[in-house]
Amino acid sequence: MAYTLNVNGQSTTVDAPPDMPLLWVLRDLMNLRGTKYGCGIGQCAACTVQLNGKAARSCQTPVSQVKDQKVTTIEGLSLDGTHPVQLAWQEVDVAQCGYCQAGQIMAAAALLSRKPNPTDADIDSAMNGNLCRCGTYLRIRKAIHTAASMPKNLSAKPVQKASK
Amino acid sequence: MKQLVDRRSFLKVTAAAGGGVMIGLYMEPDADAQGRGGPPPPPPDPHTYVKIAPDGTVTIMAKNPEVGQGIRTLLPMIIADEMDADWAKVKIEQADFDDKKYAGQIAGGSTATPTNWTPMRQVGAAARVMLVTAAAQQWSVPEAEITTAANVVSHKASNKTIGYGEIAPKMLALPMPALNTLKLKEPSQYTIIGKSQMQRDLPLIVTGKPLFTIDLVVPDMKFAIFEKPGVFGSKVVSANVDEIKALPGIRGVYIVDRDKAAQVPKIDGKVLPGDPGLENGVAIVADSWWFAQAARKKLQIKWDEPSPRNTESSIGYAQNAEALNKATPQRSVRKDGDPDGAMGKAAKTWEAAYSYPFISHAPLEPQNCTAHFKDGKCEIWSSSQIPGNGRRLSAEALGIQQTDITLHMVRGGGGFGRRLTNDYMVEAAYIAKLHGTPVKLVWAREDDMQHDYYRPGGFQFLKGGIDAQGNLVAWTNHFITYGDKEQFEKTGGGVTSAGAMGATEFPQRFVPNYHLQSSVQELGIRTGSLRAPSSNAFAFVIQSFIDELAHAAGKDPVEFRMAMLNTPPPPAPAGVAGGRGGFAAPGMNADRMKGVLKLVAEKSDWGKKKLPKGTAMGVAFHFSHQGYFAEVAEVKVDSQKKIKVNKVWVAADVGRQIINPSAADNMVQGAIVDGLSEMMDQEITTDKGRVVQTNYHQHKMVRMAQAPPEIEIHYLLSDNNPTGLGEPSMPPILPAVANAIFSATGTRVRSLPMAKSGFSWA
Repeated sequence: MAYTLNVNGQSTTVDAPPDMPLLWVLRDLMNLRGTKYGCGIGQCAACTVQLNGKAARSCQTPVSQVKDQKVTTIEGLSLDGTHPVQLAWQEVDVAQCGYCQAGQIMAAAALLSRKPNPTDADIDSAMNGNLCRCGTYLRIRKAIHTAASMPKNLSAKPVQKASK
Repeated sequence: MKQLVDRRSFLKVTAAAGGGVMIGLYMEPDADAQGRGGPPPPPPDPHTYVKIAPDGTVTIMAKNPEVGQGIRTLLPMIIADEMDADWAKVKIEQADFDDKKYAGQIAGGSTATPTNWTPMRQVGAAARVMLVTAAAQQWSVPEAEITTAANVVSHKASNKTIGYGEIAPKMLALPMPALNTLKLKEPSQYTIIGKSQMQRDLPLIVTGKPLFTIDLVVPDMKFAIFEKPGVFGSKVVSANVDEIKALPGIRGVYIVDRDKAAQVPKIDGKVLPGDPGLENGVAIVADSWWFAQAARKKLQIKWDEPSPRNTESSIGYAQNAEALNKATPQRSVRKDGDPDGAMGKAAKTWEAAYSYPFISHAPLEPQNCTAHFKDGKCEIWSSSQIPGNGRRLSAEALGIQQTDITLHMVRGGGGFGRRLTNDYMVEAAYIAKLHGTPVKLVWAREDDMQHDYYRPGGFQFLKGGIDAQGNLVAWTNHFITYGDKEQFEKTGGGVTSAGAMGATEFPQRFVPNYHLQSSVQELGIRTGSLRAPSSNAFAFVIQSFIDELAHAAGKDPVEFRMAMLNTPPPPAPAGVAGGRGGFAAPGMNADRMKGVLKLVAEKSDWGKKKLPKGTAMGVAFHFSHQGYFAEVAEVKVDSQKKIKVNKVWVAADVGRQIINPSAADNMVQGAIVDGLSEMMDQEITTDKGRVVQTNYHQHKMVRMAQAPPEIEIHYLLSDNNPTGLGEPSMPPILPAVANAIFSATGTRVRSLPMAKSGFSWA
């Protein structure tokens, strides 16, 4: 089946079975490998992308259900890696192995776009689906606060083109 | 610390192709640090660590596998500081696996820091000395008047400066400085070491660049899955190969028979091998991983299962352990004094039975590897923690020489010891040979959880004796583990991987009358090293039981432990490694442990705080991998047995220098979270020889809201060479929380995971 997807501001047509998860469409058919496979059953959220700005698990999203929703992946979060969350992640030196972090960042960015100044409880609630096997949770929480305190004009830059 | 002077070492500076120079060092590796059947020490061939390009760019080779421990940043930091390189401009290049060039290309045992600390500083210092000499000669000024900083050599008096790139070619004409004459920096002179340096790959991680092994793409690559049997060692009798081949996107289906592979040794004996290489199964190769995974659901395989392995179960193991404890122990591992006599004379004795389960490593990036076999040679991209073993096993399976394999080391999404076994590497190489194109093998999460090399479970039956003054006078332990009974009784060997307790395990030496006895039972599943192997389980048992004895003696748990550490210990038995897990680490130094115990008690206001009902503190310490860690947890337990760890204090002695403080804190905090996952929820069980759990919903890890909101870390800088902290930081947290739960509720948890006793996270 041919599906036309809006990914990172670009319209792309892929040929895939209807039940193929968006995760594998992104990774294997579109060569966007920043979105990660961890469990395949929606437990770890390493595969988090944004659908119309909301965090979604791409391993649980069949390509046939994406339709005209705007898909944003880690590659499309900002043009040049300057989304406040991406900057804050570096300022706080969040990662250890780094494998979950694309999913963490996509979930954090979605949280900040609906709640620009989240409390610890807001963060815990929004991020509780995202596992970090290395246990960097304290830094993730700190980095989200750091991102929230950054100048607002940095955030929500419209992305025209994905950087692969 | 072991002295380095006995080792052979060589330094070399050579011209680089295209200009610039390369500085190499060969230092004979510490035999202990190689460990685990690693490759034999390479012949002396000084190899490149640093390149200085004509434009002044300093490139430092990162030689070790990076799986999230931060070594790719840390080792280059050490070189860069000693040579006064400009860290912001230093480029880091990942080395391939090459045992002719590099020693100790291993991520395991928290060994990278202690084994590389001196050689890496010497490379940097040699480079700096030669740059200084070259500039002094060019300017005809005394070397003593020359300074270096941030890639520039300066002579203040004459106001002269020259960049490293410009002066470097002059190094080629200079004699090599002798390593033992190099003056290494004092800690006060460090500009990079001891300052928090962001992990170098982070800008790539936050922008989703294809960094990990699973992201690797090579031309004409196909994707593979590999279906393996539930019961280890089963053979494929038949499979619906033709039916699967006809499914969409499928390019090949192969039955893999280990016995038909080229030079693979037979698996026999009762103890399963730690890293057996190729296993039996069915491989599906497809255009996309999803096609292969979808096709697999239609796969029908008839297996020939080995018996009695296909009848074993967790329930059976527990029943066997009870029976073994009633029988005479199979082996006396260590006896000091007169434990039975002392127990008889003790004012009070105390007994307890502890147990802990098998658990899985479950790194977030599932096992995967890319391989390309062509014309008798193989190119492999892998995140193995011990790539040398993977290369050897792959060569055996492919029927080629190890030197016919090029092995690229790619960043791995977590290790924790899982990538110390190389099954997935060998499988990828073998499937690539069968299929004839480059192949990326990716295990599903379910493959990873059901085909792990698990942390072995165990059972410990303990007894302690306390005298009238409340001092610990006797300690006995019957440790029931897994292995080959006959071999164990005869030699003490034949124990399953990571399942043995050594003769010097704490509190040996700190109790005058001590007896460790052990028995083994057969085991049909594979085991291996998980972060802080054996310590990750033993610390829970030993430090919980010490707590029981402290309460039985009516003593404060910190004071009771301090009294144990104050027991003048007999000298460690000659030639016996002390403290399991450190790869022949020197025996535990009581003074260093007392230091961290005192520090953690001070920082946590131990015994000074009035805590609300249902909230209490617990303490524990453990020595492993040459690291000294004492930890206190403040824990709240409600009437529903729901637990909140309010705060954790960590005191650590890993020597005189914390090399990268940001990375160190991150790793210690992560170790606490990791330990709490093991404590509360993680358990692998078996039924009919098969692993029951399939995915993260059945083998849970701590989530953000469950993690302690505060983890405070204090380093006690002692006059010892720096050692690693990824592993030794973890073991004490489990007993610290268990001990806090007892103080808060009077309930003693003696079996893990705690969820089985009705506990859960608040």
